[in-house]
Amino acid sequence: MSLEAQIETLRTELRAAIAAADTEAALDAVRVAALGKKGSVSALLGTLGAMPPEERKSAGPAINGLKIDITGLVEARGTALKAAALDARLKAETLDVTLPLPPAPTAKGRIHPISQTIDEITAIFSDMGFSIAEGPDIETDYFNFTALNFPEGHPAREMHDTFFMKPGANGEKKVLRTHTSPVQMRVMQRTNEKPAASYLTPPMDPPIRVVMPGRTYRNDSDQTHTPMFHQVEGLVIDKSSHIGQLRWVLEEFLKAFFEVPSVTLRFRPSFFPFTEPSMEVDVQCDRSGSEVKIGEGSDWLEILGCGMVHPNVIRNAGLDPDVYQGFAWGIDIDRIAMLKYGMPDLRAFFDADQRWIEHYGFRPLDLPTLFGGLSS
Amino acid sequence: MKFTLDWLKEHLDTTASAEEIGKALTMIGLELESMQSQGAALEKFVVAHVVEAKPHPNSDHLNLCKVDAGTGELIDVVCGAPNARTGLKSVFAFPGTYIPGKDFELKAGVVIRGTPSNGMLCSAAELELSNDHDGIIELAEDAPVGAKYVDYAGLDGVVFDISITPNRGDATGVYGIARDLAAFGLGTLRQTDFSPVPSKGKSPIAPLPQQFSADEPKTIRKFAGRYIANVTNGPSPDWLQQRLRAVGLRPINTVVDITNLVSLGWGRPLHAYDADKIDGEIVLRNARNETFDALDNKVYTLDQTMTVIADDSGPLCLGGIMGGIRSGVTEETKNVFMECASWDPELVARAGRKTGIVSDARYRLERSVDPALTEPGMELATRLVLQLCGGEPMEPAISGDDVFANTVVEFPLSEVKRLTGLEVSDERIEAILASLGFVVAGSGPVRSVKVPSWRPDVTQKADLVEEVMRMVGVDNVPVEPLTRLNHVAPRMLTTIQNRRRIARRALAARGLDEAVTWSFISHEDATRFGGGSPDRQLANAIASDMTDMRPSLLPGLIAGARRNANRGFADVALFEVGQIFLSDAPEGQHTYASGIRTGTAKLTGAGRHWSGKAETVGVFDAKADLAAVLDALGVDIEKVQVLPEAAAWSHPGRGGRIALGPKVSLGWFGELHPALAAELDIDFPLVAFEIDLDALPEARKKATRTKPALALSQFQPVSRDFAFVMDRGVTAAAILKAARGADKGLISDVGIFDVFEGSHVGEGKKSVAIEVTLQPRDKTLTDEDIEKVSAAIVAAVTKTTGGELRK
Repeated sequence: MSLEAQIETLRTELRAAIAAADTEAALDAVRVAALGKKGSVSALLGTLGAMPPEERKSAGPAINGLKIDITGLVEARGTALKAAALDARLKAETLDVTLPLPPAPTAKGRIHPISQTIDEITAIFSDMGFSIAEGPDIETDYFNFTALNFPEGHPAREMHDTFFMKPGANGEKKVLRTHTSPVQMRVMQRTNEKPAASYLTPPMDPPIRVVMPGRTYRNDSDQTHTPMFHQVEGLVIDKSSHIGQLRWVLEEFLKAFFEVPSVTLRFRPSFFPFTEPSMEVDVQCDRSGSEVKIGEGSDWLEILGCGMVHPNVIRNAGLDPDVYQGFAWGIDIDRIAMLKYGMPDLRAFFDADQRWIEHYGFRPLDLPTLFGGLSS
Repeated sequence: MKFTLDWLKEHLDTTASAEEIGKALTMIGLELESMQSQGAALEKFVVAHVVEAKPHPNSDHLNLCKVDAGTGELIDVVCGAPNARTGLKSVFAFPGTYIPGKDFELKAGVVIRGTPSNGMLCSAAELELSNDHDGIIELAEDAPVGAKYVDYAGLDGVVFDISITPNRGDATGVYGIARDLAAFGLGTLRQTDFSPVPSKGKSPIAPLPQQFSADEPKTIRKFAGRYIANVTNGPSPDWLQQRLRAVGLRPINTVVDITNLVSLGWGRPLHAYDADKIDGEIVLRNARNETFDALDNKVYTLDQTMTVIADDSGPLCLGGIMGGIRSGVTEETKNVFMECASWDPELVARAGRKTGIVSDARYRLERSVDPALTEPGMELATRLVLQLCGGEPMEPAISGDDVFANTVVEFPLSEVKRLTGLEVSDERIEAILASLGFVVAGSGPVRSVKVPSWRPDVTQKADLVEEVMRMVGVDNVPVEPLTRLNHVAPRMLTTIQNRRRIARRALAARGLDEAVTWSFISHEDATRFGGGSPDRQLANAIASDMTDMRPSLLPGLIAGARRNANRGFADVALFEVGQIFLSDAPEGQHTYASGIRTGTAKLTGAGRHWSGKAETVGVFDAKADLAAVLDALGVDIEKVQVLPEAAAWSHPGRGGRIALGPKVSLGWFGELHPALAAELDIDFPLVAFEIDLDALPEARKKATRTKPALALSQFQPVSRDFAFVMDRGVTAAAILKAARGADKGLISDVGIFDVFEGSHVGEGKKSVAIEVTLQPRDKTLTDEDIEKVSAAIVAAVTKTTGGELRK
């Protein structure tokens, strides 16, 4: 058989073998059998050395051509097999991506509406330059009443339905604070004593601008009263602030809090021992539907009490009421939270019902800010 | 307090409408609670004509009536009233009408003794117009059939109901309200005739001796009494009955009704005694732990702090609060002793609180009643008795003295502007104060203002500012912005406030729901969680399970979990960030962040899921929550002490304490103690943690916010694994500490990747495998270097733990 015929026979055989190789391993076996050290093509190439130069001139390119041809075919077949293998793998490797995920923790945990509301109040008042002050829940009679100009035996004390602690060894009868107003006195008082605990706000020098949120207690329980509730007190003391600014602060706060373009307030003269003049404030609203809408309608809803800090209170703090003046207000946090977010029953606030918290609560990262919007 | 428009107009000459008056009341601080027609409840009753009345065939006292109620047809009505007769005009109620005196709604389709009855002819008692239930109402012959009865009878008067703040005793009478409205510009106050009524002779009752010792509390100030002989008492006239009924009072008899009229009309409570029922001498003294049958048909025990009007048989009246049954005036009373007395408001309030009696007299007297009205009030009452009952007034019997404040305030008129921002002219200020009864003297910027006797609440400048402001109207105060900051707001929250905020968000982000639970819990729960001391107990708790200030947030959360489980939700994750009480002192109040997980409520969600098995919560879930909070607050749990010391509420072998040193505990975590779980009725897995947010160290203030330079090594880290067998009591913390300490320069991390126990490692033993990461800083480690540090690690761990390297 001539060399040419030999080459062609081998080419035909190898082409058939390459085409027949249906796995990468089989293809590799073909490659080794042809192009390996002892392969058929390599053997042919090995015959070149013994050829006379004339013959080699023509045989060399022919055999090399075979090698290039076969190498190319092996590579091409290899690529095709790889692609087919990947294709088959991809076809086999499927997942039902519609399977539900386990719940993300952030999708489940919720912030209680009272905390959220306090954060909202804090965001608004800190923009107005107020800081946050605190006092203890178990108060002395002095801070809760006497310092705030509640005379002993005055009917106004009666109106507070006070919880008393069992008398101490010295006979002192502490109370559960009936309002957040005692913090006013703790903030205003002139004293050099260091606060007994780090959460207690040290006394401040005027000008004072503070808000004081916290738990308050009254011995009263029905659909609209719980024996524990939350209030936020506000206090401004300087040398010039009067009812005009009080109206501004409250209007701006309520507008920002209820996230409405305007609110209409009605100030009614009223009585609180620690303010003079004293006022109660109603907000105009629409109560016709199932929810109360602030900023529209023709009903009035009592929302807070306020007034100019009573001269006796300023005096009790050690300041001169002819020099220093200012105003204070108190808002029921639970109540404005109910108004804003539509919880129907106050008692459910303290029940720890998971369903209630997850329905009325707020996402952990929904931190109220003014730049991001209080509620989104 | 309630009053009618007619009543008001007796004291106020005004053309203002009820709406204008209602609005004005609110704006001047006498908040209108409601305003409604007096006959609102009687709107449906009509005038009807009994066209025929004949005896019921099956009854000896019922009548069968044919009634024309203006509907065009005759209505069959069965009526039991003896005065139901042909031709009578009366008041008729159709089926469906609410009958106030009976408190029911008239039914349709009623059959009485076999005869249909389609409505009801009514008595005055059924309409709550009087106590008369002897027969149906008889109207004049010309009463228009079919007309609304309220229109015909003039019951369309307006009733105002206002709330009076505790400082305004002067506004507890219609007269005082009229004075305020007149000052507001809604009319002119009509004066009352308080002039003395001439006496017919010496009083059979002498001025009451005041029998008090010097150190006794003395509620009475001045007692004015008047003996009125030979009165003709009986039901009071219709106008008076109607007036009292309109404001919710029950007419009794003329004399008693007069005392109520003066009490509500002038805010001047009175008490009338039947003089013939007084036994022996009548005196003023304090009670001596004696019982008292009060007019509200209850028996009270009175003590020495309460003043009584008493005779030889004991108390006749609890001073300033309520009269007694024994000397009560009845329709048969012939001789009346009328009391008008002045009392100490504070002591009246105290006696009122002690006895719990709520009365119109107490309501007024504890708010203080005009001391200048004691004798005038007595004269007014006398005059009314003479007018309505006749009789002969004897000389007044008066003892004691009224107490006047006689306050004069030096009032700079500029105070109005200073405190309110209102621009009010000097003339207007003067006019307002004058119309309220203040006497303004002087001229110039500061005036002397004498406070009227009925306004003891006004003592200083700010009080006068309020008087001016409420008459000018708060709505007229111009709104002025509070000056805003002229710089970026500084930090507004304190450290603890920030910690609470961060702890809440960190825990919610781990899937726990925030609860807010009561600050007070049951004494049993308080005791179980380290509280229950007397200083943390309420003297007047509202409920038996709300008696003690909570020493821990866990009882509230666990109770919440139990309620959730009872509703069918046993897998809950709850937390609370709030105050707990270690004592009643301010420093005893700490803020804790505490949480619980129950059932399968793990971080990855509760219940079964295709991606893994539903596992019940374990101690490490609680530890992870605790660590997350510490981490959010800047404390690395790896850098504080984790001690195998369980809290009292925890399973002793499955709980730990986080501490900063021997004294400072930051928190606890663990599984609920099985015994405690049984007591608390918890029959599902429950793990918990508590962190004392006040115990965390305050971050040190740094001069600069610059972070330390980042030193990165250019050499690759190398890691080696070691396994040790040791007693199972050896803590992981001890192993890690030992391994880390073997070469602090080279070892950058030590982790535990396997822990197991079993018979093949030996009884009471465990195998712990650790991975140690070596981070070379200045050269690549040689095999020798690694061998050396490995030997050091093995030596350190075996020495500390008493264990050995696992072969």
